[in-house]
Amino acid sequence: MNVVSLTPTDLALAAGLVLALAALSLPMGLAIGRQLVVAGARTVVQLLLVGLVLKALFDNVNLGLITLIAMIMLLVAGWEAMARQRQRLVGWWGFGVGSLSMFVSTFAITILVLVVIIDTEPWYAPRYAIPLLGMMLGNTMTGVALALDRLTRTTQQQRGLIENRLMLGHTWKQVIEDIRNDSMRSGMIPTINAMAVAGIVSLPGMMTGQILAGTPPLEAVKYQILIMFMIAGGTGFGTVAAVSVAARRLFDERERLRLERIRETS
Amino acid sequence: MSGLRVVKLSNKFLRPISLSVPSGKCLCLSGPSGVGKTLLLRAIVDLDPSHGKVFLGTVEHMSVDGPTWRRKVGLLPAESHWWRERVGAHFAEAQTVGLEQLGFDAKVLDRRIAGLSTGERQRLALLRLLSQRPKALLLDEPTASLDPKNVRRVEKLIVTYRSKHKIPVLWVSHDSRQIKRVGDQHLRMTPHDSS
Repeated sequence: MNVVSLTPTDLALAAGLVLALAALSLPMGLAIGRQLVVAGARTVVQLLLVGLVLKALFDNVNLGLITLIAMIMLLVAGWEAMARQRQRLVGWWGFGVGSLSMFVSTFAITILVLVVIIDTEPWYAPRYAIPLLGMMLGNTMTGVALALDRLTRTTQQQRGLIENRLMLGHTWKQVIEDIRNDSMRSGMIPTINAMAVAGIVSLPGMMTGQILAGTPPLEAVKYQILIMFMIAGGTGFGTVAAVSVAARRLFDERERLRLERIRETS
Repeated sequence: MSGLRVVKLSNKFLRPISLSVPSGKCLCLSGPSGVGKTLLLRAIVDLDPSHGKVFLGTVEHMSVDGPTWRRKVGLLPAESHWWRERVGAHFAEAQTVGLEQLGFDAKVLDRRIAGLSTGERQRLALLRLLSQRPKALLLDEPTASLDPKNVRRVEKLIVTYRSKHKIPVLWVSHDSRQIKRVGDQHLRMTPHDSS
């Protein structure tokens, strides 16, 4: 089955949609026209660049190069996860907790899937490794950022309650338990929701893309199921790890609440 | 049966202060707001990182972990906080001390926190703390939002607990008559001589 190749004209027509929307927002005073155009332009440039990088990567299978790309992806995801938190841990912790948790969960799961499940040759075949890792990082990043934001924000709001419980001799674990569980849950809920409505309310983007590109629907579905489970695992483990470390960091060795370790960013 | 001794306790917001309260005695603490009374109490229970030492009898605060220390040296904050829906869920120990003395009956344990008045919360917070049998009491204006009748009830309960268990009490109060009623000693903190 041949893919209907898209011409620049086809894409220009699609871009017309965004431009029309931007034009419409002007008289309505939505003040979002500029953002729309800039974001649209970024989509084009970033995706074209990625396309070029992927092409180079597929033509030249090299573990070092793949590792480099994977690391860049991780760092950007770590940065983004940090930037999405209004209240974040001060210093390297702000970047480190999220990035390290994402590294452990997404890389471990992606490699496991590549080696054991898909069993490609070589195991780091970039056509599989890079898109899978990208999907994992993108979703885990959202989960980790949501969960950490919830943790630091709630802790800040409930300072009086937390300290009152510490005064009663409760341990930091007892005191933070409810907030910690809440935060972990809020990081995982988007993934759980996505699994629950998959195929009924929404056709997942990856599957849609594969089907458009000519893959038999059942093959696309199988890959989508694999991806969904990977994402659930990656997001879940990443969120649990990040929240656990960050929650511990909010208390010191004498189990005092140390709110000065969180700072609000404008 | 052990007194509370504070030796050159200081931190970022608190100038060095030393004091001691023998077992079974009550030291009242007064002074203008902002002088550091609450900070001193927080430092004694090790909620803020501080220099200096605090002893309960012969036990130095750094020789036990934080929660253990705070269980021994009970601090009643000016504003109490509650984390479960109903009163009873906050009392870890089965036996509750002094419900009747403060004008409650056992039914109060089934009430919702949201339905309590400020004064009721303040009295119940004291009972919650006492039910853990602290070996020293630090009280941050424990009768601030109570009517005169309940002020007397609370004073009586604390004095009884203090003499029964021979524990030291550090009591922050702005009311000079109350200080006369309950205090054995009185320390006035001022911005100048708090060191």
